[in-house]
Amino acid sequence: MNLHEYQAKELLKKYNVPVQEGIPVDTPEAAAEAYKQLKVQYGNEFAVVKAQIHAGGRGKGTIRGKEQRGVAVGKNAEDVKTIAGNILGGVLVTIQTGEAGKLVNKVLVAQDVYYPGPNPIKELYLSILLDRAKGQNVIMYSTEGGMDIEEVAHNTPEKIFKEWVQPNATLQPFQARKIAFNFGLSGEAFKNMVKFVTNLYNAYVGLDASMLEINPLFKTSDEKIIAVDCKLNLDDNALMRHADLEALRDISEEDPTEVEAGKYNLNFVKLDGNVGCMVNGAGLAMATMDMIKLSGGEPANFLDVGGTANAQTVEAGFRIILKDPKVKAILINIFGGIVRCDRVAQGVIDAYKSIGNITVPIIVRLQGTNAEEAKKLIEESGLTVQSAILLSEAAALVNKAVSA
Amino acid sequence: MSVLVNKNSKVIVQGFTGTEGTFHATQMIEYGTQVVGGVTPGKGGTKHLDRPVFNTVKDAVDATGADVSIIFVPPGFAADAIMEAAEAGIELVVCITEGIPVQDMVRAKNFLVGRQTRLIGPNCPGVITAEEAKVGIMPGFIFKKGNIGIVSKSGTLTYEAADQVVKAGLGVSTAIGIGGDPIIGTPTKDAVELLMNDPETVGIIMIGEIGGSMEAEAAKWIKEHGTKPVVGFIAGQTAPPGRRMGHAGAIIGGADDTAAAKMKIMAECGVHVVESPANIGKTMAEVLKTVKA
Repeated sequence: MNLHEYQAKELLKKYNVPVQEGIPVDTPEAAAEAYKQLKVQYGNEFAVVKAQIHAGGRGKGTIRGKEQRGVAVGKNAEDVKTIAGNILGGVLVTIQTGEAGKLVNKVLVAQDVYYPGPNPIKELYLSILLDRAKGQNVIMYSTEGGMDIEEVAHNTPEKIFKEWVQPNATLQPFQARKIAFNFGLSGEAFKNMVKFVTNLYNAYVGLDASMLEINPLFKTSDEKIIAVDCKLNLDDNALMRHADLEALRDISEEDPTEVEAGKYNLNFVKLDGNVGCMVNGAGLAMATMDMIKLSGGEPANFLDVGGTANAQTVEAGFRIILKDPKVKAILINIFGGIVRCDRVAQGVIDAYKSIGNITVPIIVRLQGTNAEEAKKLIEESGLTVQSAILLSEAAALVNKAVSA
Repeated sequence: MSVLVNKNSKVIVQGFTGTEGTFHATQMIEYGTQVVGGVTPGKGGTKHLDRPVFNTVKDAVDATGADVSIIFVPPGFAADAIMEAAEAGIELVVCITEGIPVQDMVRAKNFLVGRQTRLIGPNCPGVITAEEAKVGIMPGFIFKKGNIGIVSKSGTLTYEAADQVVKAGLGVSTAIGIGGDPIIGTPTKDAVELLMNDPETVGIIMIGEIGGSMEAEAAKWIKEHGTKPVVGFIAGQTAPPGRRMGHAGAIIGGADDTAAAKMKIMAECGVHVVESPANIGKTMAEVLKTVKA
């Protein structure tokens, strides 16, 4: 699950991780009020207005049809109000959202931390994630903050440092010091960084995060260390023990068909092709998508109906796939194990009748437990459903459907 | 021979009395697996499916001499169940549970370091040695006895591969479902190595998917040490980057964990890579013919 920047920062504060302070708002008037409040509280003349969407590249992205970036500095209350007015309700297009962009419902009005002071500022980078190969959490950091880290890793790999953390332990003080030294810090900033990194790691573990990225990680002109931006992904599997975090989910950021599929416990990912598919098992579902492509089609979705496919889930799957007008054919591929094929076949027949007027060709491939009975059921149902038993037969039928 | 499990394996079921545990234990017994008992904390001393129930894995091991455990406990408690089995000296732990929090698995995997316990899974269909022992949830009848070993991250795709192998006139020695999570006990390479050393196995089918680097590591190992032909398939050639495709571990994070990148490395290392999942069995049969010829 992804969180918005303002949500992530609130969570980090609970772990004593200093952040760029701000107030999330959803109207231009409230943005102006937030500016005034921040000015009283922190004394900064400027404030930053930041669009809250689940995608990166906001600062360089623009609101469609307007000369407005997704992140902009306001010099006074009126200015902040204007910027917020431009962003709110607009569609922000960034390198990560693609052409479609994302509707902005909220902006974060945040304190300006680039204020002048006795020392130079520094923009750094730090993220914590799982190293799958080692089975350990790793802290990845670089002095090159505020820019695309993948570019840094590609062009100057020597500027990326990694620190692995022993499972069953917290980040050790010597590791936190090493990170602060490698950042080239000293004095107050050094001490603040050691605290920052230690607390941030505790937040990562405590929140059951799967990724926590601070970019830029910022040293102010008065030696404070703060998170200016924060990208936080939570482990979906761990949400069962974090009811409070589950409540932070913003479904307006998700594809509506995917949200609907979730209600039926269907694992669905919307794609852009012309052949829909419904499969049991994630691996077979991916393999089926690949086969559709090799047969001359393009998969319209990933859909794993799981180990309990029945009439209801099959019907829900059908309805979700049929919402997409681009779909020219649907391939149902079930390998019966615990799931009996004849039951799935009955589900397909019932769903077909219940939905009525399905005009796209349906190809059903049922293999495994009771496959023959299932094939017979479908053939005797009188429906215009094409059935196959071998995967290669199904592939041939898909090819016929898309070339028709 | 065969690997990991055979007709002599003594199996206990953790989460024995639950719905899943009961259903699959029954199926395993029907298949001929020696299920010697089970563990459900609080129900020790009772009987279930005509077999003794114990409060702890230790009690179960002491009383039955079990060397294999299969875990059906819910995701929030599964990592603990793995560690309990390891502590009790179980040699092979097969964890079926899907949805274990990844930080729990970081701790459980670390707990296994330096112990003799091998973990298969989690989020896997289990292990089956055809016509000897099934320690998993796969439909047993598909796996006809033969000489092809299967290693796979996915459940139903394993069944698909086994079915194709049989239809191609071959059979299965042992099929190992290693699991689709980001952290698993036995990575592809280790499972391939087991089968490579098994005298009963003459060819290996290796099925991977997008995400992680396990298939590339296995391919490099095969290039160095391989003595038997390997047919490989990677699911997710059409998967978009950055999206989780059902399995928690199936996500393209960078250029190296795409299906295309993995297939390229596998091919370079001498693995017979198939593009279409429909050709897995057929290709294995063809490759074996050329080896024998």
